[in-house]
Amino acid sequence: MDLSRRGFIKLTGAGLAASSLGALGFGLAGTALAASVRPFKLTAATETRNTCTYCSVACGILIYSQGDRAKNVRSSVIHIEGDPDHPVNRGTLCPKGAGLLDIVRAPGRLTVPKYRAAGATEWTEVSWDFALDRVATLMKQDRDANFIAKNVAGTTVNRWTSTGMLAASAASNEAAYVTFKWARSLGMVTFDNQARV
Amino acid sequence: MTNTWQDIKNANVVLVMGGNAAEAHPCGFKWVIEAKIENKAKLVVVDPRFTRTASVADIYAPIRPGTDIAFLSGVIRYLLENDAIQHDYVRAYTNASLIVKDGFAFEDGLFSGYNEEKRSYDKSTWDYELDEQGYAKVDDTWQHPRCVMNLLKKHIDRYTPEMVSRICGTPQDKYLEICKLIATTAEPAKALTSLFALGWTQHSIGAQNIRTMAMVQLLLGNIGVAGGGMNALRGHSNIQGLTDIGLLSASLPGYMNMPKDGEVTFDKYMETKLFKPLRPGQTSFWQNYRKFFVSFQKAMFGAAAKAENDWAYDWLPKLDVDGYDILRAFEMMNNGQMNGYICQGFNPMQAFPDRGKIRRGLSKLKYLVVMDPLDTETANFWQDYGPQNPSKPEDIQTEVFQLPTTCFAEENGTLVNSARWLQWHWKAADAPGQAKTDLWIIAGLYNRMKTMYAREGGAFPDALLNLTWNYADPHEPEPEEVSKEMNGRALADVADPATGAPLLKAGQQLDAFAQLRDDGTTMSGCWIFAGSFTDKGNMTARRDASDPREAGIAPNWAWAWPANRRILYNRASANPEGKAWNPGKPVIEWNGSKWVGVDVPDYGPTVKPSDGVGPFIMNAEGVGRLFARTMMNEGPFPEHYEPFESPSENVLHPKVKSNPAARVFASDRAQMGVSSDFPYVGTTYRLTEHFHYWTKHALINAILQPEEFVEIGEVLAKEKGIEQGAWVKVSSKRGQVICKAFVTKRIKPLMVDGKPTHVIGCPIHWGFTGVARKGYGANTLTPSVGDANTNTPEFKAFLLNIEKTSPPPAIDVAQGPRNGPQKKGGSL
Ligand code: SF4
Repeated sequence: MDLSRRGFIKLTGAGLAASSLGALGFGLAGTALAASVRPFKLTAATETRNTCTYCSVACGILIYSQGDRAKNVRSSVIHIEGDPDHPVNRGTLCPKGAGLLDIVRAPGRLTVPKYRAAGATEWTEVSWDFALDRVATLMKQDRDANFIAKNVAGTTVNRWTSTGMLAASAASNEAAYVTFKWARSLGMVTFDNQARV
Repeated sequence: MTNTWQDIKNANVVLVMGGNAAEAHPCGFKWVIEAKIENKAKLVVVDPRFTRTASVADIYAPIRPGTDIAFLSGVIRYLLENDAIQHDYVRAYTNASLIVKDGFAFEDGLFSGYNEEKRSYDKSTWDYELDEQGYAKVDDTWQHPRCVMNLLKKHIDRYTPEMVSRICGTPQDKYLEICKLIATTAEPAKALTSLFALGWTQHSIGAQNIRTMAMVQLLLGNIGVAGGGMNALRGHSNIQGLTDIGLLSASLPGYMNMPKDGEVTFDKYMETKLFKPLRPGQTSFWQNYRKFFVSFQKAMFGAAAKAENDWAYDWLPKLDVDGYDILRAFEMMNNGQMNGYICQGFNPMQAFPDRGKIRRGLSKLKYLVVMDPLDTETANFWQDYGPQNPSKPEDIQTEVFQLPTTCFAEENGTLVNSARWLQWHWKAADAPGQAKTDLWIIAGLYNRMKTMYAREGGAFPDALLNLTWNYADPHEPEPEEVSKEMNGRALADVADPATGAPLLKAGQQLDAFAQLRDDGTTMSGCWIFAGSFTDKGNMTARRDASDPREAGIAPNWAWAWPANRRILYNRASANPEGKAWNPGKPVIEWNGSKWVGVDVPDYGPTVKPSDGVGPFIMNAEGVGRLFARTMMNEGPFPEHYEPFESPSENVLHPKVKSNPAARVFASDRAQMGVSSDFPYVGTTYRLTEHFHYWTKHALINAILQPEEFVEIGEVLAKEKGIEQGAWVKVSSKRGQVICKAFVTKRIKPLMVDGKPTHVIGCPIHWGFTGVARKGYGANTLTPSVGDANTNTPEFKAFLLNIEKTSPPPAIDVAQGPRNGPQKKGGSL
């Protein structure tokens, strides 16, 4: 029987019928064991392929989440492990990757946009509309005031140096490219990423 | 990486220097163990600390931080002196035979053309002597005194084993043992792989560290072959991708360059990009620069980029300086020249040198926008967290926005790993609370600004108003759409220029960058990704792990740029006739009519060996460079310069101590210490349990390594009366950290020029947010100076003092800002 490790877990967990364990050669002992074991919790979970968010080894991972992704049902991650089929990590994870569940569910995860006014001593929770409207306005004000269309030699240079951006090192290429388009179309040059640190 | 992670198993010798793969890249390091077990490979580790990588090494040698060039130049000297180079490879595949211009010189630590005032070089003598046709002159016999080989011999002659040991503090016997082992891979069928990371890059001479090793590899014939290469292990999960897409001050996607002020027109810009072959018959990707550029502009601006407006060339900003890198950005901020800053998944309060300067800079902004899944120090820089972040919020006038984003588990898209693989990942769960994707947030800002500019006008709105934004949902582009846009497609029917036969229909996704045109009939957001998302589908989502001949290639797993090629320069894996140097592990070979093998050829697929086209097809000379011409800012040959803060003189040239071409702002120079006040060498590093400043938010990692510490050797501990676990005050000219001392046998004093030199290791992982205990952050201590080419900060070698101190009062380890309500929980 050609069965991957994941297939094995699915099968033994999902079936739990004596016959499926019997088919795997566990015989009667397996039947008894199966009867005493509570259902394997990952069987009802959705398995999704992803990669570790930390270093550039980019280990393959399997994320198990609850919720069937039906409309209006929120899904949440309940378990993460190495992808045994991945050609680089072959199922292993290091102490960083093995703790991925704790970063997805970290108490420090942000859930609400927040704003701190000039001189304020506390954060205020705000709506997305408030935050994005205000940021866009501040950016436009600064850009309109400080944009350099031509340099002293009269060359068109169309650059904006007084607002800068640091781009994310764990964001996808797709997020990066859209960020690039937006920032460069504004003429932004004080623009960097985390390649060096 | 030039090669793949799995390919490491093909190596005969693995050199880990400038990195600590066992702890920083553990699952990749497995392939080193595989090489040891299956290929009887020897592992060599050179590091200031006896790391976990060192603990499984066959040979370990200590080295003083910041002296790798001296060590590796010594290796080059050893290889040349003992004739341990792969002669045929060096002759055919490097520029050893090319003749350098008369006038090129090196004297007292400086190359010809130095301008002290500007701290830069006039590089006009750093080039080849050309013949009437414009080709570099060659002497295959290596008799000419100015052929690269002879200039190299002369240059490295000073790096004798005695000198190496004097500078590096490495015992001579260990050093020579390593030279001997490295030299065994000069044999054509043997390979050495070089694995490195920030341990080489984070120096004021970082780029030259890497160059020196690349030269070693070229001399040994180890580039392009299985089990060889220069393998930068890279840090963050998509830092390769962000660099590929050009999210750097001076870059455009696919390693094209941002226009400069002097490049007043598109034609002028193109003049510096035109690839002039320096040897007969050479070819290059870069001959197609115009096609890449025009297709990029078509991706950016669609129909608004046309021949009549030079493809909207003027709509891109032009640079008046080499780049607005991070060090310059914070200098500008401190000088009041910046008003706004956006940190997308980036935490400069922890990540950038001289934290005090970072905090002062942020305090001068009008607005700061932080997009992040986590609560970062940067977003909270204005809060008073006690000694770890003293502040008076009332005095800080910066408006701060903290925007919650999704993390990897909550979105689709590609990341590029260090082996250049684009791997698609799938969303597994919904975002917590109101967190949104970066795509949604950026689209939200774009749409708002576009509306405002369309309505009210304002400074140069053309580029923004004409930006291509034809996404199905303009408020949140789908990752698949964007991925297709980067790949590129035909905008009109495209025919084969040679035969006229139809090649692409309008609207068809491109299969390869070779299909790009410079007449506006194709578009591609990032030409090196062409082929990643074709009409056949999303190549990056492929998950077939099969690996012909178990070569370590896995060609159908995801997709690698360029053109799904897994080993760069793989033409060099075969000899000039097209046969593998190592018949046991061929990568590609000439079969009489084309190149075939386990990988996609990095070469014209039907270019005959007899045509004499060099294997390094990106280079104008077609060969690998032992002499870098004008590519590097501090010289065409690497030279040992001391770190900007160093306890040692530069014994090679006392007058030129540190990198003469590195840019240093006066305010930063004033913040540099001297060894009479700060006698010890500090170096930062990472722990295997933590990833930068993120995992202090993850409970398991915070439990494993809960609090800030420095690592010191037993001898220094005894000298200073510091017991295991004692509280210490660690200081540099820029600030101080109060934390515990971890006394180990892993760091030993080095004898440098007859003087014992102590190293203090500073792990970087703690700050004032997260569930781990509060820390000051190692960047409180580090100097604000960078590499002369990349401005990568010098985090790996600087000056410190250390004193025993009393434990801090309990309040300092409590969580939460002092100005606001204390946070619940969190404290361990
Ligand atoms: S599991 Fe470890 S080695 Fe693998 S990608 Fe994550 S951090 Fe890197």
